[in-house]
Amino acid sequence: MSKKIDGNVPQGPIEELWDKHRFKMKLVNPANKRKFKIIIVGTGLAGASAASTLAELGYEIDSFCIQDSPRRAHSIAAQGGINAAKNYPNDGDSVWRLFYDTVKGGDYRAREANVYRLAQVANNIIDQCAAQGVPFARDYGGTLANRSFGGAQVSRTFYARGQTGQQLLLGAYSSMMKEVNKGKIKVHTRQEMVELVLVDGKARGIITRNIITGEFEKHSGDAVLLCTGGYGNVYFLSTNAMTSNSSAAWKAYKKGAYFANPCYTQIHPTCIPVHGENQSKLTLMSESLRNDGRVWVPKAKADERKAADIPDEERDYYLERKYPSFGNLVPRDVASRNGKQAVDEGKGVGATKVAVFLDFRDAIKRDGLDTIKEKYGNLFDMYNRITDEDPYSVPMRIYPAVHYTMGGLWVDYHLQTSIPGCFCLGEANFSDHGANRLGASALMQGLADGYFVIPYTLGNYLVTEKPDQNKIDTDHPEFETSLKSAKDRFNKLLGINGGRSVDSFHKELGQYMWEYVGMARNEAGLKTGIKKIAELRAKFWKDVKVTGTNDGINIELEKANRVADFLELGELMARDALERPESCGGHFREESQTDENEALRQDDNFCHVAAWEYTGDNKEPNRNVEELDFPNVPLTQRSYK
Amino acid sequence: MSDKNNMTLNLKIWRQEGANVKGSIVDYRLEGVSPDMSFLEMLDLLNENLINQGQDPVAFDHDCREGICGMCSLMINGQAHGPERETTTCQLHMRKFKDGDTIVIEPWRAKAFPLHKDLMVDRSAFDDIMSAGGYVNVSTGNAQDANSILIGKDKAELAMDAASCIGCAACVASCKNASAMLFVSAKVSQLALLPQGQEEASTRVQNMVSKMDDLGFGNCTNEAECEAQCPKGIKISNISRMNREYLKASVTAHH
Ligand SMILES: Cc1cc2nc3c(=O)[nH]c(=O)nc-3n(C[C@H](O)[C@H](O)[C@H](O)COP(=O)(O)OP(=O)(O)OC[C@H]3O[C@@H](n4cnc5c(N)ncnc54)[C@H](O)[C@@H]3O)c2cc1C
Ligand code: FES
Repeated sequence: MSKKIDGNVPQGPIEELWDKHRFKMKLVNPANKRKFKIIIVGTGLAGASAASTLAELGYEIDSFCIQDSPRRAHSIAAQGGINAAKNYPNDGDSVWRLFYDTVKGGDYRAREANVYRLAQVANNIIDQCAAQGVPFARDYGGTLANRSFGGAQVSRTFYARGQTGQQLLLGAYSSMMKEVNKGKIKVHTRQEMVELVLVDGKARGIITRNIITGEFEKHSGDAVLLCTGGYGNVYFLSTNAMTSNSSAAWKAYKKGAYFANPCYTQIHPTCIPVHGENQSKLTLMSESLRNDGRVWVPKAKADERKAADIPDEERDYYLERKYPSFGNLVPRDVASRNGKQAVDEGKGVGATKVAVFLDFRDAIKRDGLDTIKEKYGNLFDMYNRITDEDPYSVPMRIYPAVHYTMGGLWVDYHLQTSIPGCFCLGEANFSDHGANRLGASALMQGLADGYFVIPYTLGNYLVTEKPDQNKIDTDHPEFETSLKSAKDRFNKLLGINGGRSVDSFHKELGQYMWEYVGMARNEAGLKTGIKKIAELRAKFWKDVKVTGTNDGINIELEKANRVADFLELGELMARDALERPESCGGHFREESQTDENEALRQDDNFCHVAAWEYTGDNKEPNRNVEELDFPNVPLTQRSYK
Repeated sequence: MSDKNNMTLNLKIWRQEGANVKGSIVDYRLEGVSPDMSFLEMLDLLNENLINQGQDPVAFDHDCREGICGMCSLMINGQAHGPERETTTCQLHMRKFKDGDTIVIEPWRAKAFPLHKDLMVDRSAFDDIMSAGGYVNVSTGNAQDANSILIGKDKAELAMDAASCIGCAACVASCKNASAMLFVSAKVSQLALLPQGQEEASTRVQNMVSKMDDLGFGNCTNEAECEAQCPKGIKISNISRMNREYLKASVTAHH
């Protein structure tokens, strides 16, 4: 049974929507704010910015994260930068252009109104971060520096060396710490949310597991904000941090929150290739490298010569050849797919032949070694440390890797999931990037959600629904039921006592995901994938081996809990990919491509969001649909020629 | 790189079940280590073996495995983050070791960092120091246009150098006094160098330093081990800057 669902976008000209709506939304009386307790799960850019801003407004905040400090959330790893439409370089940027580029970059699968709002508040983010003391890169005159990034034709990306995510997160974290000092935020580190608690259909709390003691805790509140990041680790190998996971979102899904477009994953073109079987994660090389590096493979198949021995006329700079106007700066999905194609054709380089070159020879010749060193020194060092090769003298080897998930919990214009009182921010939601995210826009979205959107929309919810008039404490039977189901699950995992490690299951799942739900998908493969994942899940629950007990630290148990959810999510991703026979952005269905092998959308039938609704274990979920329309950015075939 | 699984290592690892239990060094022999593995992937391999033998895997902290989150924290042969300069444990690769090597692996040790288990310690004291003043008091929505505050490139670069600290606490672990001066001075310096940090400069340095003292970190006696072991190359000149800031603050406090 499929329903039509509505994103609750207000009506009117897009430029005025957010301002008028902000005025229309109800405000919480300043004296009343302290009566509301808000649970915020996650301390990445989304969670930290929301926690500090809501605390400043006067709400009582309970903040949770898996790491030993909020400052270590995965956002810390973002390298390249954050977009805004300041137009400081005077190169033709504007809010409208940022909006337009983001809608088009997402291949027309995002909600226009959300994207416009994102572009609108982006400038405030830069101001806010600068005021916190975020050390953005500067020009000699003291003004902020910009660079062009990830396929944009204007220079709108702000950055702090190759550590932009770190600096933005430390800014948001320091804001949190200021509120901790005032007693407005209570931080619960090393606490993993393992259940969402609903009372009368509304989100009223969570159950957590203390990673250090193994104890389960009940926490109640007036609303719950999930800011728990993306689910790229379903592929086992990805650029995500080791504990990045889908479990919080998955718990919400099972309690009735729709999961939107799970198949939209971003495969990043410039990662360090896999070195061997024991590899635990993949390392991203910032995409800013494509500003100066040139991507190529030998024209001949299985060419064993060293890069330096291959003359220019025997090299295929395939991105420059195929996309003369964007060249090496085509969007990520296009660059990744072309890289895979080169390798599939037998032109891959390096010992494994599963890589392409990213070459700085010409940039060094043109700008000098010092300039390149200044721009990319830390990235080159990192590459050297991992591969033992010197990218100043031999080209880097890169290959695409799973990096970001555009899909996530479905949210309306207020960032509310389909469960009242349960909001979702940052990478964990599905909202703004459509089927492909442009570079430097995830940091922007996380901070937009937390600093500038949720403070308004949450207030409106609290005044309208008045959860404070029905205070729920943790003795409520719903907390007991959820607590019991969490405990039962962990005990079950411990009780299986099978023969295979958690990682071995995770790796096998990752292989299926990469093979069947990876960069290029087709009907037969997806059907095989669904079957194999279901079989693996059944095996997992019979044969996984979790050592130790639930008393104290048990890392295997933690991992088992997350992998169990990945085994369900992976299947939903494959199902979503199967039911979307068009290609769009990062979702490439081999059956739907142009003559030139570009993604071919089918707007007549698929210009919509698929929002999956859980109907019970081992039952087919419902595929609900939110129609998308594009009155402001007319639908066209993306072209980067 | 080819995966030559060719090294055998003798590992001596600190095992301790919990904060209140006695710990000791336990010996493990690990075969099949490839030079391309990271140090943590080598420990993953050990843990996979332990799990297959039904034993408790070694607990250690890690997350990003990219040298930026500050989670990983191992004393390797007596050096915080091991032998390679400006490199976190997770970015250290086994090609820095030889077949047959003995490697001693221990947790960070400091009074302010109680041990949780094996190689995992509690570093929440760093958050406590940060909450004492490691910020600019500016609420969301209060900011002026970012370009209305000019900051010279050189200053901005110095501030960024200090801001690069990942809070891993290698500085504390490698200091014989378990001093946290490098960590605290990096944050104080970043904000002291920037115009945004000026208003609260004196209360910030005083509050952060006094919190640091309260939490049981030791004094700085200019050993400079912290600088030598810092995976992000944070300079001890930050400590001098903090001392100046502190002095300035104490002088003005008398008015
Ligand atoms: C290597 C890399 C480089 C990137 N570079 C860029 C870039 O240059 N520009 C850009 O715009 N984007 C970039 N991105 C993407 C961007 O960093 C992320 O999308 C973004 O930071 C996500 O932020 P978040 O706040 O949504 O989630 P995260 O930062 O992932 O935070 C998730 C939080 O949730 C917590 N959590 C999760 N599950 C639970 C649970 N069950 N219980 C309790 N807590 C939980 C975690 O502990 C953590 O605190 C990059 C991503 C990667 C991987
Ligand atoms: S694991 Fe993040 S710095 Fe080492």
